[in-house]
Amino acid sequence: MRIIVGEGSCGIAAGAHKVYESLEAAGITPQITGCVGMCFLEPIVDIYSDGGELMRRLVKVKPDDAATIAEAEKTGDLSLLDSITISDEDAAFLSKQTRIALRNCGVIDPTDINAYTANGGYIALRKVLGMTPEEVIEEIKISGLAGRGGAGFPTWFKWNAARQSVSDTKYLICNADEGDPGAFMDRAVIESDPHNLIEGMLIGAYSIGASEAVVYVRAEYPLAIVRLQEAIAQAEKAGYLGKNILGSDFSCKMRIKAGAGAFVCGEETALIESLEGKRGMPRLKPPFPAQRGYNDEPSNINNVETFANVAWIINNGGKAFAAMGTENSKGTKVFALTGKIRRGGLVEVPMGMTIKDIIYDIGGGIRGGRECKAVQLGGPSGGCIPSDKFDTLIDYKELAATGAIMGSGGMVVMDDTTCMVGMAKFFLDFTAKESCGKCVHCRIGTKRLLEILDRITKGNGLQGDIDLLTELCEAVKDGALCGLGQTAPNPVLSTIRYFRDEYEAHINEKRCPTGECADLVTYSIDADKCRGCTLCAKKCPVNAISGSVKTPHVIDSEKCIKCGQCAAVCRFDAVIKR
Amino acid sequence: MCHCKCNENSDLSALDGVLKEYAGVKGSLITILQKAQDIYGYLPTDVMYHIAEAIGTTPAEVIGVATFYTQFRLKPVGKYLIMLCQGTACHVNGSERIETAICEHLGIKDGETTSDGLFTLKNVACLGCCSLSPVMMINGETYGSLTPDSAIGVLENLRKESNA
Repeated sequence: MRIIVGEGSCGIAAGAHKVYESLEAAGITPQITGCVGMCFLEPIVDIYSDGGELMRRLVKVKPDDAATIAEAEKTGDLSLLDSITISDEDAAFLSKQTRIALRNCGVIDPTDINAYTANGGYIALRKVLGMTPEEVIEEIKISGLAGRGGAGFPTWFKWNAARQSVSDTKYLICNADEGDPGAFMDRAVIESDPHNLIEGMLIGAYSIGASEAVVYVRAEYPLAIVRLQEAIAQAEKAGYLGKNILGSDFSCKMRIKAGAGAFVCGEETALIESLEGKRGMPRLKPPFPAQRGYNDEPSNINNVETFANVAWIINNGGKAFAAMGTENSKGTKVFALTGKIRRGGLVEVPMGMTIKDIIYDIGGGIRGGRECKAVQLGGPSGGCIPSDKFDTLIDYKELAATGAIMGSGGMVVMDDTTCMVGMAKFFLDFTAKESCGKCVHCRIGTKRLLEILDRITKGNGLQGDIDLLTELCEAVKDGALCGLGQTAPNPVLSTIRYFRDEYEAHINEKRCPTGECADLVTYSIDADKCRGCTLCAKKCPVNAISGSVKTPHVIDSEKCIKCGQCAAVCRFDAVIKR
Repeated sequence: MCHCKCNENSDLSALDGVLKEYAGVKGSLITILQKAQDIYGYLPTDVMYHIAEAIGTTPAEVIGVATFYTQFRLKPVGKYLIMLCQGTACHVNGSERIETAICEHLGIKDGETTSDGLFTLKNVACLGCCSLSPVMMINGETYGSLTPDSAIGVLENLRKESNA
């Protein structure tokens, strides 16, 4: 029997390493694996038979459970673990997925290169070394693989452009600067299956003729950096990296560069500036990086998830990959399913699945029994899709037609308590802060958009503000230099498109329909429900609530600062928020 | 010799090894700043002037890079650095209420440090623990599924630990 603890960043945050230590203390020698994507059940402990078959998946394991697990291991009586075994309902989370980029995540030990090779690792690299670079690019072309970082540009086209550029020095760069707040699939791949990334990058480097590869990793991902460093060292030792790889003429070295925190560095030319030690401000294109990129040499940049598909495509053929999905979008896509969802985590689904299937069949629907209102796709660059459009397919074109984008795969579910004007303001606050300042439209445009949204949520919206927002959004889209500015208005435009009534309520009636905008809310006490327990009066920080014991209390709206603490502490649901 | 007008008096020799390692390595300014911050806990002005001189660039260039990226701090931080996640999932699940509670409790705003030097509050974009939202990370330890009360409870426990 083998006992395996899921130690990705979110597993560890949920207490997985404490479970690991207590298992050790109970006399077990546990192994580790990465993230299986079932964040809502962390910490997870898997029990495998010696033959490698998954016998039990234990969920929400606590350090106190270690003794029972040790007992079950000793006696072989797994029924002892029934109470912490995953339910059939939760297990459905995985059964509806198709895992390519995440195929090894949560399955193998990410710190051991032998675990990767035992699972078919580095076979694709061997195969590629017997092909011409043109043949490899052709296979990628057949697969229809498109950039998974957000833009969805055909991968083969970029590789081919870099291949065609003539130079002694070329660079292959991996964009692991996952900046979309609410997306973490790239981190999961690096932490859980770093060799898959390395193999995909090596195949890319061979195809374009690069002898140096760099991974630009977000500094906020310390565990990913450590695991990748280890993996690079192991791959060098095993002869997969370095001079004359596997005895061929192909040589390639790889290094990690830790980013320093700037969302704009997800834009490829800004990333190159940052790699060169400068402020991450985007360059004008052309020249494209494939012509003149890092250190003025031809460079190719793809993101982590894109590379994570490459080895599978070489092993299984481009046709097998293209067999999945729709006419315009091939293969699978990983989404980080978060927000007000029952089963949140990382999911990988074939293109062509509907949003509804992801939210209800995989995610189990909305948490807390409330009504689903919309999902936000693509983070600050994307838009929302309202629940009556959940039949939309996961497809680059179909999603773009709704005003959202595929993006890097953040899928944040919102229920009827989320104010959509507030949501737009949240994203503009983010992009206004992250705007690098190089071009006027983005620097000043996002700032003005934020100011208008701010006054609307504070009850100071003016007649004509919706038109003004729309006009300004179009100007920013047209005028901004890079993707950050060009897409920054999307959250505003899409919320106006689908939730115009919410904007109008804020502006015309000075009312927030969800009650989320604090400045537009008034609190009062329902005299029929109030029992006079005095709890709210005690909790009120400004003494705005009066009333004697066992008689209904009253809120003085002049004094009230709308902090909402009275509503939070009331046990009789007597505080009315309007 | 530092030419800036600040009153800082950092031990510049602590940086010698780093500057030697990256001497002549093109494009390593960000890496040098990261290592400097590891050494000093933040980027003192005299250290940034020293780096500029050592790598043959202007202080404006160095300070320009240091202020561009959110990772770099120009002021010392408290013993406990509270990184409060303001990512989308945390926002949807009420991170603003957590921020209000922490600010009120500690009497500081985002980016500030308590007068006793114990806590610094910093809003961050996304810690990537979305299923545990709302989340904060303090000195490498993650605290999830926060409520205003539980967040304050965590801080008070740390204060007790520190006094013990």
